[in-house]
Formats: sequence, C-alpha cells, structure tokens
Amino acid sequence: MTDLTNTVNTADRAEVADTASRDRRGASSIRMQGLRKQFGRDAIALAGVDLDIKAGEFFTLLGPSGCGKTTLLRILAGLEEADDGQLTIGGKDVIDMPPHRRSVNTVFQSYALFPHLSVRDNLAFGLRMRGEPAAERNRKVAEVAEFIKLGPLVERRVDQLSGGQKQRIALARALVCEPDVLLLDEPLSALDAGLRGQLQVELQRLQKRLGMTFVFVTHDQDEAMVMSDRIAVLDSGIIQQVGTPREVYEHPANAFVARFMGHDNLFAITASEDNWVDTGLGRLQLDPAEQRDAPDGWLLIRPETLELGGNIPADYNRLEGTVEERLYRGSRIEYRLTVNDHPLTAVAGNLGQRMHDVGDRVTIGLCPEDLVRVAA
Amino acid sequence: MLQTPSRRHAVVSETRHLLFTVTPGAAWIIVFLVLPSIYLMAVAFMTNGPYGLPQLPLSLNSFEQLAGVGFLGWSPGNLYTLLRSLWQTVVATGLVVLVAYPIAYYITTCRARWRPIMLLLVVVPSWTNQVIRTFGWMNLLAPGTPLSNLAEMMGLISPNMGLYPSNFAVTLGLVYNFLPFMVLPLYAAFEKLDTAQVEAAQDLYAKPVRAFWHAVFPQTLPGLLAGVVLVAIPAFGMYVIPELLGGGKAMMLGNLVATQFSGGSNWPLGAAGAILMLIATFIGLFAMRRIGKRLGGGEEVVI
Repeated sequence: MTDLTNTVNTADRAEVADTASRDRRGASSIRMQGLRKQFGRDAIALAGVDLDIKAGEFFTLLGPSGCGKTTLLRILAGLEEADDGQLTIGGKDVIDMPPHRRSVNTVFQSYALFPHLSVRDNLAFGLRMRGEPAAERNRKVAEVAEFIKLGPLVERRVDQLSGGQKQRIALARALVCEPDVLLLDEPLSALDAGLRGQLQVELQRLQKRLGMTFVFVTHDQDEAMVMSDRIAVLDSGIIQQVGTPREVYEHPANAFVARFMGHDNLFAITASEDNWVDTGLGRLQLDPAEQRDAPDGWLLIRPETLELGGNIPADYNRLEGTVEERLYRGSRIEYRLTVNDHPLTAVAGNLGQRMHDVGDRVTIGLCPEDLVRVAA
Repeated sequence: MLQTPSRRHAVVSETRHLLFTVTPGAAWIIVFLVLPSIYLMAVAFMTNGPYGLPQLPLSLNSFEQLAGVGFLGWSPGNLYTLLRSLWQTVVATGLVVLVAYPIAYYITTCRARWRPIMLLLVVVPSWTNQVIRTFGWMNLLAPGTPLSNLAEMMGLISPNMGLYPSNFAVTLGLVYNFLPFMVLPLYAAFEKLDTAQVEAAQDLYAKPVRAFWHAVFPQTLPGLLAGVVLVAIPAFGMYVIPELLGGGKAMMLGNLVATQFSGGSNWPLGAAGAILMLIATFIGLFAMRRIGKRLGGGEEVVI
C-alpha cells in the first residue's frame, strides 16, 4: 500500500516537473561529468563527480562536513572553478562562465545579506545588477516581500532583523531573480528546530509550486529525506549513492551510506549460501532477491522492522536477546538489546503495549524481506 | 537612611579609589590641554605688543590680520595659505587612499605567516625621525638628482629647477609620511572582510567592478574613514614637511602659525591661526561623520 502511494507520488511529481520545465523558463536540468577539485597539494574535495539532475527536481547533496558537497554547490554557482570535468545547465556549457552570467542563484549558509542596505535594496540587488527597469524591479520586489510576509519591513536595515527573517530575505533575494536553478547551502542550519521543521515543509511546497530546480546541501539526513525528490550521498568527494529518499534509506548502497542514514544495526557477513547468511547474530534467512555470490559485505537490519515477543510468524527468523537499555521517546520506544554478545537496536511504535524491562529475555522476529545486504 | 559603619567605610574607600585613579589623568588634561587652550584663546583676542608678545586691550585685530587686512589694505596671502593647506590635505589624503588600498588588500592575500612582516615593513620607516626622512626626500628630489633629471627629460619641470622645493615635493612628502596611518586601519577592515557578501554580489549578477563597489567597498568604509581622519587632520596642520620640502612658496597653515610664534613675532596672530585650524578640523570631522552615516557604518570610528 505504502509502496504504491509512493510510486504514484513520484510519478506525479515527475510529471509536474516535466510540465513545469516546458511551461516556464525557470527550470533547467544539470549535468555534471567528471568534476574534480583539489585544494592545495593533498586535499581532494571532489574526486570525479558524475551526476544528472532533472529539470524541476528537488535534489539534495547529503554528506558529512568535508565530503565535498559545498564545493560541488559552489562549482554549480561558478564561485569555485573545477580542476577538470564538464558542467552543463539547461544544456548549456557553463564550466567557464563567471557567476554573474549564470542564471543560477544561491541562498548562502550565512545568508550573506548586505548589511548596509535596506531589506528592499537587498531584495532588488540582483534585478538592479541585471539592469531591469525600475518599475519592473519595484513590482517584483513588492511581490516577493509580500510573499515572504515581510512587506511592512522593507525599509528596515537587515541588521535589525531576526535570524528567521534574514533567512527568508536570503531566500527571497535569490527567488526574485527567477533563476533556472536555485542553490541552497544549508540554509536552515542556523535556525532552531521548530522553525526549521516548518521551513522544510514550506520550502518543499514552494519548490513544487514554482517548478524550479532546487539543489539543496545539508548534512542532516532527516531534512534530506523530508524535502527531496532525490538524494546524492557524498563522502570523500565521491558520490556513494543517488536515489529517492526511500531507496537511500531502505537500500543503502554501502556501509557508509547506511551509517550516515542513521542505521546502527550492521553485521558483518562471514559466510553465505543460497539465501542464508552467517553473521554474529547467527544464521539468518534472506529474501531470495538479496542472494549474492560472494559472502562479503554487511547485513542491515532496520530497527523498526524487528518484532519483539508476541506472535512471530513461522517464516520469520527467530533470535533470543536480552534488553540492556530502554529509551522512552514518547511516540516510540527504543530497546538496546544484546544477541550473542552483539548489540542490536529495536524501535517499537508506542501503541500502548506492555513495555519490556531491562534484563528481560525476549524473542526477536526478523522478516526475511526486511533484511538487506549492504556492500562494504 | 542610616548607614552602617562598614558601609560608610566602603563608600569612602570607593571614592578614594576613584580619586586616585582619575586625578592623574584629569590633572594631565587640565594642565597640558585645557589651560593652554584657554590661554591660546585669550591670546588670540589680545593686541600685538612691540616685541610680539600679547597685551591688552582685547581686540579682533589678530583675526583681521589673519583674514589679510594689513596697513596697506587687504592682501590674499593668508587666504592662499589656508587654501593651499586644504588643497594639499585633500590631494595628499586622496593619493594616500589610492596607494594604501591595494597595499592593504595585497597584505591580506598573503600567507598568514608573512602578514605581520609586511605590516612591519609598512610601519618601520615611521620609527625614524620625521625630519630625517624628510631630509632624505630633499636629497632624492634636489636639482641634478636622477629623479629630477628624469622629470626634466620628460618636460615636467623647467631645466635646473629640480623637483624640490615645490608643492609637488610637499604632496609627495605628505603621502609618504602618512601612508602607514591609512594602511593599518584598511588592513584591519580587509582582515575581517566577509567574502560571502562578495560572492553573493557576484551570484546576483554583479560584474567584478560592481561587486567591489557594492560588497567590498562598504565593508572597508569604517577603516577608510578612520584612516582619512588619521591622515587628513595631522596633514592639515603639518609643519615639518612644507617647511623643508616646500621652500617659501609652499607654506601651509602650520608654518604660518609657527612663524608668528618665532620669527614673525605676533603671538595673537599665531593663536588666531591655531584657532582657525581647530575650527577647520572640527568642521572636517563633522563632515566625515555625516558622510559615514550617509554611506552606512563608520560612525563608531569618527568621533
């Protein structure tokens, strides 16, 4: 059921994106080929990146700090020059194009507003530099100021505003130029959790409405999953995986992606035969689709797929474990278990069921279809 | 309210503490700034005595003389000196900005290790006495020196005149002398430059020159204004450089004042000149403050 909805949703989105790219000039696809960048003698920021971003897509570059995601974004903006490789935006080769000639605008992490200018002049800056007539400029600025609900504040200087207001101005300042691609460099990282969650939803809605291509950089996997059509996970300047949030979370391409997406339950596979694998937990049966020839890699068990106690269906893998810790998180309960001296985390939705106590022996059921093999 | 003995003791000791810390500074300011200033103002309104010393009665004679009114009617000599001072100040400050701006920027682009050394190189010359350095320029610019010969060959000066003494030599001396006072505050401004703003300007379609004007220049403005104050005010009252490099034709207000207290022997006129300098300085500061406010920022630097 969920699967179906998801597919429909994605197809829907793709269609919306396609129409948008046909109707508006404000959406471009991006193609990166073999992008390399090195700082100094041995700091490799990008080690050959190939990536296709579709027109009208909400695309997220996800990775830990220093993985190259910001460098990649800066190359898209033209603020950094790639050592090697090709880059086309909307089919146009832009690799040697300076930033002021690219129809790409950026929302900077520090916002980078001009403190000596009023809100209005900040918003009008791009239009002014592009030489749009004053009447047109004023109309667009008034429109966008209304849109971000800062209409009454346009005469203020930006240093008199709060963080959330600055963030909206930084976004509006880029949007008012109606670029083909909007780049967002961790724009929500400086905001508190509540405001951040709200803006995540607003940004996503906005992107769908405008049909503009968004490239979003973040190190927060939850944020990436909530907002994106597709995610690219980067590490050490290399793209580890590209996929929908669901693909990346449920079928991570390797152990790095799995760990970065927040998975703890990874177990080295010591032997495998047909659809059986041996791990520290014991011998487990997998879905035949997960069968591989080599006994290498890791087994991923998502903590929310574990069944604790109760009626475990016959075709499930059964394990015996001990509860070491119980973390009550309100909507869900997290158990830290040990199975054969190996730690295993389980998360159960809080449906009012009886909670297991620390020290309890519990039977653990693992559905073969939920076990995923992950490359090293 | 009744004060307990210990509380009263605390108040007394606090007062005494305050007295001890403030008195020396206050005394210094009163003895060496306030009293002489009052004396100077008083002198300006007195009459010139036979030996150049001030006497009663009070009069506005000295101000009339300063304005150029003498025995033979009005002469523009002093007015020219004032205008020359203003002109030299404006030109020299402008040139200092033009030279210091790229230097300050260049130093910030150097490796962190080299920056203190580069700054030192800028500052070190000012550790030598100003008079000695000015003598150096006299030797470099005198008639028959390579620089003078070059200028002569290019037809910039008439034969055998040399680059010194001249108004040009004074300007050059001022620029050379005040360069560090502009480089240091500008360097401080460049050091904390927010490059994200520059990138934002480029990202928002600003060509390089406009990106500089809208994103770099406003950020360096506080440093620039501080530098202008540090350069323009002492340059306006400069005595040594016009005295040595200018010859008789390039006198500035500082020389006019100094002459009245020494050879010219007219203390009231000298005092009136000093007051004029003070007023001009205040007007300059006020104007800077207005400019700083208009352009945004800088208020914290300009008093």
